[in-house]
Amino acid sequence: MEKLRKEDVNPKIVEALLRDTDITIDDALDNEMILNMGPQHPATHGVLRVLLRLDGETVMNAVPELGYLHRGYEKMAENMSYYEYIPHTDRLDYISPMANNVAWVMAVEKLAGIEVPVRAQYIRMMVAELARIASHLVAIGAFAMDVGALTVFLWTLREREKILDIWDILCGARFTNSYTRIGGVANDAQPDALAKVKWFIDQFDDNLTECEKLLNSNRIFIERLENIGILPAEVALDLGVTGPSLRASGVEFDLRRATPYLQYDKIDFNVITYTEGDSLARYFVRVDEMRESAKIVRQVLDKMPAGEIMANMPKKVLPKKTEIYTRMEELIHDFMIVNFGINPPVGEIYHAIEGSKGELGFYLVSKGEGHPWKCKIRSPSFNNLQALPYLVKGHMISDVVAIIGSIDPIMGEADK
Amino acid sequence: MNIKELIKNKLTNNFPNYQIEFSEYLDEFCIKVNKENILEICSFLKNDEDLKFILSEDITAVDWATRKNRFTVVYHIYSLKNNFRLKIKSDVDESDCSIDSVTSVWGAANWQERECYDMYGIIFNHHPDLRRMYMPEEFEYYPLRKDFPLMGIPGSLPLPKK
Repeated sequence: MEKLRKEDVNPKIVEALLRDTDITIDDALDNEMILNMGPQHPATHGVLRVLLRLDGETVMNAVPELGYLHRGYEKMAENMSYYEYIPHTDRLDYISPMANNVAWVMAVEKLAGIEVPVRAQYIRMMVAELARIASHLVAIGAFAMDVGALTVFLWTLREREKILDIWDILCGARFTNSYTRIGGVANDAQPDALAKVKWFIDQFDDNLTECEKLLNSNRIFIERLENIGILPAEVALDLGVTGPSLRASGVEFDLRRATPYLQYDKIDFNVITYTEGDSLARYFVRVDEMRESAKIVRQVLDKMPAGEIMANMPKKVLPKKTEIYTRMEELIHDFMIVNFGINPPVGEIYHAIEGSKGELGFYLVSKGEGHPWKCKIRSPSFNNLQALPYLVKGHMISDVVAIIGSIDPIMGEADK
Repeated sequence: MNIKELIKNKLTNNFPNYQIEFSEYLDEFCIKVNKENILEICSFLKNDEDLKFILSEDITAVDWATRKNRFTVVYHIYSLKNNFRLKIKSDVDESDCSIDSVTSVWGAANWQERECYDMYGIIFNHHPDLRRMYMPEEFEYYPLRKDFPLMGIPGSLPLPKK
């Protein structure tokens, strides 16, 4: 953090910072200061820049500045085919790329009218839930590290490493997966991958309890988070907050339950809610959600049927590689899909799934061409960050770090 | 009563003089309103006891490039009470590239409209803090317009001083 001179800051940001604040301090110092936090700051989870107006150590106002990781993914989507865009969704929320893959292909399938085989849907559910576990593990680890508990980070990342190993078996990549395809998934889930998932789920609960014990009985951790950054339910809804942060405020809103997609209506799980709405509640929601996700994965493993993993729609779904090499018809379809795209009918759709940070949606407009006319990413981190100025007002400067950790923004997603 | 019919009835009864088009595509219900009425209709949809569209999910625009009304501003709002998502559209022409802001209805619209302004250059009237969201304040273009080239415009992004 560095102290800024007024001429270093854009006048419009200064204006936003100096706007009247509703914070009053009993014994004000009459000595306000503007402090720059980020974009290169270890506790901002990427390249988030926050300008803070301080009186002593109390935050009077905060202005987040986004755009340091803006790569123009919406513009790029308008210039490439639906298939080509799958690897780019990995780079949105780079902590849970699998969930983004699922969200993208489901939006495209809705637009193009493709029915996905049931086995592929179960595999997608499995990877989306494992991605949620991986994302929450990083969130909790980094969050604990921000408030000073370093060991938890190592332990949660050890667990996440096992998930990355599962990705490795499933699709050959550990981090940027690009596993899903339009109409299904790239590879079938092999028995050894499923066995590894089963092993992971079986040992996960104990290991999570271990991590939890380190934090739940840690007095510093609890006292630094309790009653810090309270987000009342009506404010959260007004500011468009979704995901764990909204459920920590007592609103039972989960798209898996509200608008069931894939096969979630056949699965038994609870939507975790807490009522306190403070940073500690957001931590508890994430821990409990991981247990629920493990429960979902266990049911998915039981219920997963045998069968096809790709839809049989030759004009819209890429054929198998072996068939391309041996059969004329498949070769032609492959050529047409790769070069000209799948040409969904004219129309527009919005499809959202419950990502690990909240509602992850894609709004697609098709003009009947191979590439989308418009693609809008509704990213949860972007909308959740909007609550940051509300949350930090009136708190101490060291609480800002804890609050950013508790809403868990991923800047790749927020900046697109 | 079906929620779609409920919305239709409520809007036609409460705003008989307004031109509101209803459409549906792939089970997504959509209403199209004139941009002068957007604020009134949005606050009605949010505050009506039976509808309660309290969550503003997304605000964006579509650049049609060749149509008479060049832009369409698209709102996605959600009603937790009915578990229903509604799409609102409103046309904006390039000659009068502005529409009323709905920040007074949903606080979430603040950043969502800023992003839309940053990418398309649509002015949201009475917005409390209409700055660019991603691009630097000195940037002169609107990147998601169809006439902005994919490779960017060389020299348009100023490098930091020093």
